[in-house]
Amino acid sequence: METFIGKPIKRREDARFLKGAGKYTDDIKLMGMTHSAFVRSPYAHAKILSIDTAAAEKAEGVVAVYTGSDACGTFGVPCGWQVDFKNGETMREPLHPLLAKDKILHVGEAVAIVIAETLELARDAAELVQVSYEALPAVTCPKKAMEAGAPKVHDQWEDNAAFDWCIGNDRTEVEAALESAHHVTEMTYKNHRLAPNAIEPRSYISDYDVNADKWTLYTSTQNPHLIRLLLCAFVLGIPEHKVRVLSYDVGGGFGSKIYHYTEEALLTWVSKEIGRPVKWTSDRTEAFLTDAHGRDHIVHSKMGFDEDGKIVAHLTDEYCAMGAYLSTFAPAVPTYLHGTLFQGVYTTPLIHLNVVAPFTHTVAVDAYRGAGRPEATYLLERIISKAAKEMDIDPAELRYKNFIPPFNGTSEPGFQTQVALQYDSGNYHGVLKRGLEMLGYEDFRKEQAEARKNGKLIGVGISTYIEGCGIAPSAVVGSLGARAGLYEVGHVRVQPTGKVSVFTGAHSHGQGHETVFAQFVADKLGIHMDDVDIVHGDTDQVAFGMGTYGSRSLAVGGSAIIKSVEKVLEKGAKIAAHKLEAAESDLEYAEGKWTVKGTDKSISFGDVSLTAYVPHDYPEGVEPGLDFSSFYDPTNFTYPFGTHIAVVEVDPDTGKVDLQRFVACDDVGNVMNPMIVDGQIHGGVVQGVGQALLEEVIYDGEGQMVTGSYMDYAMPRADDVPNIETDRTTTPCPHNPLGVKGAGEAGAIGSTPAVVNAVVDALSHLGVTDIQMPVTPKRVWKAMQTQA
Amino acid sequence: MIPAKFDYIKASSVSEAIGLLEKHGDDAKLLSGGHSLIPAMKLRLSRPEVLIDIGGISGLNSISEDGNEIVIGANCTHADIVNSDRINSDLNILAQTAKHIGDIQVRNRGTIGGSLAHADPAADYPAVVLACDAKIEVEGKGGKRTIPATEFFLGIFTTALAEDEIITAIRFPKVANGNYQKFFQSASRFAVVGVAAVKDGDSVKVGVTGVSGTPYRATAVENAYSGSSDAASHAVDGIDDLMSDHFADEEYRAHLAKVMVKKALEA
Ligand SMILES: Cc1cc2nc3c(=O)[nH]c(=O)nc-3n(C[C@H](O)[C@H](O)[C@H](O)COP(=O)(O)OP(=O)(O)OC[C@H]3O[C@@H](n4cnc5c(N)ncnc54)[C@H](O)[C@@H]3O)c2cc1C
Repeated sequence: METFIGKPIKRREDARFLKGAGKYTDDIKLMGMTHSAFVRSPYAHAKILSIDTAAAEKAEGVVAVYTGSDACGTFGVPCGWQVDFKNGETMREPLHPLLAKDKILHVGEAVAIVIAETLELARDAAELVQVSYEALPAVTCPKKAMEAGAPKVHDQWEDNAAFDWCIGNDRTEVEAALESAHHVTEMTYKNHRLAPNAIEPRSYISDYDVNADKWTLYTSTQNPHLIRLLLCAFVLGIPEHKVRVLSYDVGGGFGSKIYHYTEEALLTWVSKEIGRPVKWTSDRTEAFLTDAHGRDHIVHSKMGFDEDGKIVAHLTDEYCAMGAYLSTFAPAVPTYLHGTLFQGVYTTPLIHLNVVAPFTHTVAVDAYRGAGRPEATYLLERIISKAAKEMDIDPAELRYKNFIPPFNGTSEPGFQTQVALQYDSGNYHGVLKRGLEMLGYEDFRKEQAEARKNGKLIGVGISTYIEGCGIAPSAVVGSLGARAGLYEVGHVRVQPTGKVSVFTGAHSHGQGHETVFAQFVADKLGIHMDDVDIVHGDTDQVAFGMGTYGSRSLAVGGSAIIKSVEKVLEKGAKIAAHKLEAAESDLEYAEGKWTVKGTDKSISFGDVSLTAYVPHDYPEGVEPGLDFSSFYDPTNFTYPFGTHIAVVEVDPDTGKVDLQRFVACDDVGNVMNPMIVDGQIHGGVVQGVGQALLEEVIYDGEGQMVTGSYMDYAMPRADDVPNIETDRTTTPCPHNPLGVKGAGEAGAIGSTPAVVNAVVDALSHLGVTDIQMPVTPKRVWKAMQTQA
Repeated sequence: MIPAKFDYIKASSVSEAIGLLEKHGDDAKLLSGGHSLIPAMKLRLSRPEVLIDIGGISGLNSISEDGNEIVIGANCTHADIVNSDRINSDLNILAQTAKHIGDIQVRNRGTIGGSLAHADPAADYPAVVLACDAKIEVEGKGGKRTIPATEFFLGIFTTALAEDEIITAIRFPKVANGNYQKFFQSASRFAVVGVAAVKDGDSVKVGVTGVSGTPYRATAVENAYSGSSDAASHAVDGIDDLMSDHFADEEYRAHLAKVMVKKALEA
């Protein structure tokens, strides 16, 4: 019988994607639908003196114009995570209005919305809205935002901090250990701001049906239920059962579509006002200006070592930008998704991280592929490589010295870190050993020595990362400030003919759930995957789920589905026992049928399903039907890990970096579909390489975005990236039924420091010890000049 | 990403287009490949009321030989240039350059006439027309004239074209020994620095784009060429308006200019 788990099965969703037949929000056209355009601020910080909408209201085809003075101006979108000050003061939480009323806090903030019969007319009329501003000084750098006299983002507080937080061991203890350390390595740098760049920009349609008194919100989100909850209960105060949120196909999110955005709520309000559906689709400029960004940390860090090269202490201070308002999960990103990973894969006995999170006159920063873990990994993997150079120890050797020894999490306990988490299972030696082997590390070092003699600049960079996925359990994250649970729902509906519909609260926006989830459900039920359908992205069909982010879908959502599959089989066994006139304990289930052990008497899954719905000859006291829903709340995060190694050559004349090889040996636990895991690693690595070499959001001194288009914001392209050489080790997750850890973000987490380490390695003999990311030709060349 | 309203007129001859330009004056813009104009219109940075499409005018898209010269119609696309046997053999430097403009879609639509008229300071062709001493043939209400490349570029997006003038063709001498070196801007893939060198025995002509707001002939390099092995170090001599952005500030851009000139001279 054909099985599916572990096979590189082609993605069933690709047939429609490749034919251009995907159903994205902007593809949807409703009867009577109107279109909208926003009037957005050209200033980063300004007073709104007046708004004149008269001309726009009279313009051809205009249905309505709204500003912050209308009723919608009283609503604001909430933040979903509370991180308080370390001194106990509550997190500062400003109102995030749907339309700015008195004050502008970042370029691109919406001031008015124009609704018209066509998009063209809406755009034309939006130009007729006259807004007069008084420009004010702006601050965009999180460190400068905390300096005395910095322009204030929110006037009601004495400074710009949203919170000031710390984690780990007692600071004075860590400082003392650094004082007496044999060697201390220090780094100061910026983990710069990135734009998420989903290929499908955000798009929403809200459709209020006056007869049913019900809204349908079509939205390109990663998170349909959470959007509905926030929209109904926290923003507009409308009954949750009166709103259906639909997100059919979504063209990438990378985190940026987790959040509840102002436009979603505003359109929902507008639709009832005008009694017609209304659509808005972001253009690329708006995407740069208004999608939540990633990273933007200013870091100062010290790591101390003893004479054997063992890490004795690690102390870091960071300024992490929040942007003008607190986006849905923003406070969690530089704290509980970041500081909790400061153990890395090392036995470091003393760790302390302090995070000051200021408001800045920029768009919000929130989770972006990896969310806090890439920033932690970048720091750890750069500083340990820098330390290796300073202590003249091979960087692989220094890592081996400091690794947490292997543990499987079942017969050996998990590893308790200094920063709250307990790792589930790991074998960090294994991935580094395999990575070095794949690369041919020793040969490379010889080649490098030769090359240097000829003036060729080649370098190798290692990164041995760990990350945390499937953030959970709900009670723990709740105690850390999460205002939502982090379980998942999985519903298995067996139809009378034995065909299976699975409803999941996870949401696919490119990951391939429709294929992978069908693979394991089919195997567990012993049926063909063609007989399993996966439904997601519809709050009317799926019970309350938590969406997809943090590489959680399989580990959390998959586990919920497994629970329901088990319930199906349990009940199925009762029906089978009845039909076979045998005791349940005498049955075994395999290959899609129950068999009386030791006989050839059996009944198929399909016959049992039919019996469940046509219960004529049926066990007493058993309900008809074969339909189960389960919620799964994990007991822990999962902890994928791996080794990424980059080889680069630097052009000595121009400073241009040529990434020549990229080796990734990852451990994501058990693998359901290796092709999809490879694809996730490839995509993640390219995004990480993008950060290392190319991508950067730059705001100038006035808060204008310098890099608001693809003419100025450099995305990685196919020819920037070599063939990515992948392999895996397998250390199953001990605490979920599939033994899976998650693969969605690993590539973006591990890769960035590998690339920068390689560039610094290529130039180390010239005295270069660090280069600010992205390591553009200009920066590399300048680093070579200052050292020369 | 939706342009302001505009009218569209398709011209069928150069004289008709000139007449339309005269009639609509400032409100009108010529449209050829649209790959500079349309993006600017979509951002509403450019908002002509009338577009005069010259794309369909016959005779503007031929590549012909005239004695020792090659005459390229203004409407020839970058792809036409890449694929022309004549250009590949007798004006190879231009084919090399065209190959590195944009991507396939851009090369299939964008034209040499449009690129020169647009005069983007990071465009590639300006370096080559300068180094080749090409002549820009234009036609306006006052008749035809020929503008030497060295007199054509006046500044950022500014040329010697009069408002009613249309580029009809570019006349190049045949070039046996020419080389174009481009340092790509990593986002747009335009030139941070582009250098064209045309060598003839002991002498060289060097055109530089991307460095200054106005593409220029690096005469200091040309003068030093025969005597000095270090001619490239003069790449930005006399240039006092070096461009600067987050990819290349003045210092790095000046350095790149020298590196690219050196590569072009040594190729
Ligand atoms: C994604 C992308 C990448 C690109 N990369 C590069 C690159 O790497 N290097 C590079 O050099 N360029 C690049 N370009 C620009 C491209 O080469 C354009 O095609 C070219 O600059 C303009 O030519 P066009 O025919 O498209 O002109 P249009 O956009 O139609 O017109 C441009 C301007 O010239 C005027 N005009 C057009 N034809 C004439 C004429 N015959 N006489 C007088 N005026 C005229 C128009 O009125 C307009 O003002 C890129 C463009 C894009 C969209």
